[in-house]
Amino acid sequence: MELKPPPALAPGETLTGAEIVMRSLAAEGVEFVFGYPGGAVLHIYDAFFKQKAVKHILVRHEQGAIHAADGYARATGKCGVALVTSGPGVTNAITGIATAYMDSIPMVVLTGQVPTRAIGEDAFQECDTVGITRPAVKHNFLVRDVAQLAITIKKAFHIATTGRPGPVVVDIPKDVSNLPAPFHYPDKISLRSYSPVMKGHGGQIKKALQLLVEAKRPMIYVGGGAILGNASAEVTELVRTLGYPVTNTLMGLGSYPGTDKLFVGMLGMHGTVEANMAMQNSDVLLAVGARFDDRVIGNPAHFAAGNPTRKIIHIDVDPSSISKRVRVDIPIVGGVKEVLTEMLTQLRANPQRPDEAALAAWWAQIATWRAKDCLKYDRAAKIIKPQAVIEKLYEITKGEAYITSDVGQHQMWAAQFYKFDKPRRWINSGGLGTMGVGLPYAMGVKLAYPDAEVACVTGEASIQMCIQELSTCKQYKLPVKIVNLNNRYMGMVRQWQEFFHGNRYAESYMDALPDFVKLAEAYGHVGMRIDDPSDVEGALREAFKMKDRLVFMDFITDQTENVFPMVPGGKGMSEMILSEEL
Amino acid sequence: MRHILSILVENEAGALSRVAGLFSARGYNIETLTVAPTEDTTMSRMTIVTTGSDEIVEQITKQLNKLVDVVKVVDLSEGKHIERELMLVKVRAAGKDREELKRVADIFRGRIIDVTDKSYTIELTGTTEKLDAFLEALDRSAILETVRTGVSGIGRGEWVLKV
Repeated sequence: MELKPPPALAPGETLTGAEIVMRSLAAEGVEFVFGYPGGAVLHIYDAFFKQKAVKHILVRHEQGAIHAADGYARATGKCGVALVTSGPGVTNAITGIATAYMDSIPMVVLTGQVPTRAIGEDAFQECDTVGITRPAVKHNFLVRDVAQLAITIKKAFHIATTGRPGPVVVDIPKDVSNLPAPFHYPDKISLRSYSPVMKGHGGQIKKALQLLVEAKRPMIYVGGGAILGNASAEVTELVRTLGYPVTNTLMGLGSYPGTDKLFVGMLGMHGTVEANMAMQNSDVLLAVGARFDDRVIGNPAHFAAGNPTRKIIHIDVDPSSISKRVRVDIPIVGGVKEVLTEMLTQLRANPQRPDEAALAAWWAQIATWRAKDCLKYDRAAKIIKPQAVIEKLYEITKGEAYITSDVGQHQMWAAQFYKFDKPRRWINSGGLGTMGVGLPYAMGVKLAYPDAEVACVTGEASIQMCIQELSTCKQYKLPVKIVNLNNRYMGMVRQWQEFFHGNRYAESYMDALPDFVKLAEAYGHVGMRIDDPSDVEGALREAFKMKDRLVFMDFITDQTENVFPMVPGGKGMSEMILSEEL
Repeated sequence: MRHILSILVENEAGALSRVAGLFSARGYNIETLTVAPTEDTTMSRMTIVTTGSDEIVEQITKQLNKLVDVVKVVDLSEGKHIERELMLVKVRAAGKDREELKRVADIFRGRIIDVTDKSYTIELTGTTEKLDAFLEALDRSAILETVRTGVSGIGRGEWVLKV
């Protein structure tokens, strides 16, 4: 369908609330709305039918709509948009909204509501949407007056996409979507109670830079904020100018090239030895758009006590992320791109350069940690090793694919073994850890970039949580490639049960699994089952050759494989379990 | 440590639940909370008494500032300020107790605002400690009901919280 801008309005002409919604979305340049109709949004769907500016993607479950909008936003940097009906439409959407909130994804979710006169009467398909979504959104609105509808949508987009981004819900009662009002969509908006600080404090940046150039054991730790803030180029320039080691969090992968020699791998619970040890032992740590969360630094008391003289510089657009879990010496509130640009300007003007001897000694130390080769696995195994599948996937897609993942062991292996050289190529749920996101994420990405390779790395447990979206992929011809690492277990649950619960695998075995080949075929796609290590490469090559088909590759993998290294919950980040220790 | 946070919020439906929800979701304490519109009807003023370490109170302040409906936050306890709380106490007052109760109320500058032959209702304004001291001075068994507004506070001198 060709997208066309809406016609101009005659003077004095009014539109219905539903038409105002459509015009507002067009004015925001929205390409896709992911949604599912229902009683309270029928006027809006009727308005959809009558216009050609915005395309609607019909999902098979509201959770899929939010995840798809979320995936689209993560890959493009634009605001994702979803539309769901009242009551169960909203409650089904909650998981998706909370997922986007935890990872600070810009998103506007339009929700239907029962008519204003029925609100509070326990009407059919009524729920308190503003109340129920409140802890999982950046902000939300209930629009009681159609005259406020356009400006509220404008506010929603403004709030969702600025500062630390996040989802915003606009709840629209059915009568409001059918009442007439004049339409004016403002170009700009300012809110007295909301004005995020983007420019960092020059003096703080100067102090930070001084500390950085004088460091003997520096470390640069970059999180998802650098991706959300489009600061990869600045991160890369800073790291290369200084020659310092750099690590990315799970959410920050791709913000610094994963194949570069200064990159020491991902850090955290399943981070590399070199990344975690360099974090723990550094004397100056620069944190960029990262939040020292429990899966990254583990126990904050151990992190602090293990190295009490370490100085920490923290750049973040959200002041509440600074000194939340870890005390910071030099806080810099501002957009990471803006702050790093200023830091680079000051660095160019500053003749002082790092102490080469100290830096060489530090790199030599890091080399001893690297020599542990902590990601090694049995490459000669007779059964498919999940890591090997990811390595082949990387090879065959030349590291250029968009990789979405679900949540669990497969997610960690994808993060460890697919080297991301570019931002926004790695799409996963880091904060909430939502199983089921992988397939709808892939849909959102493929719609945004139809010519790019998009692969969803998943497991047989996660994929079943949003399996219905295979039907959406058929309808809109979204030829994503599904890489199912099928070990017949909820792998990460099984791993924890093996390590911490005496091998008692309570309810983590997936019995009575479907035949995924037949399942894919039933939805009109191609299915493959691969159980021999020598077939892995051929299967992947064949699948990626089928440019216009969704291919579901069911890899039967080693049931006992675990993710290493591992920092057990509550432990310090240098207290890793390595594969050879078991 | 005890802190008095004074907050200007947009006078929007749901603003109170956003603030209260933040405290419960993140496990912060609310000792008292008062809220009413200001002279500018588009805004309400909320006063929250909370306790916590300096780090926790810093987080509370940051998290409050992050709420879109919050216009401004000030920790009154960081500077010189005045705080007041209003309390209404209904006490059993019969026979010889009546004189004694009136005397205690006078000492605390309380006012008796309702009288029956068996009870007094006393209005008392002051700091939290003063109201607590008054209750201590009464015979526990004589107290029929107490109603407290929670703390309201304002900066001393020229120090104002305004947009």
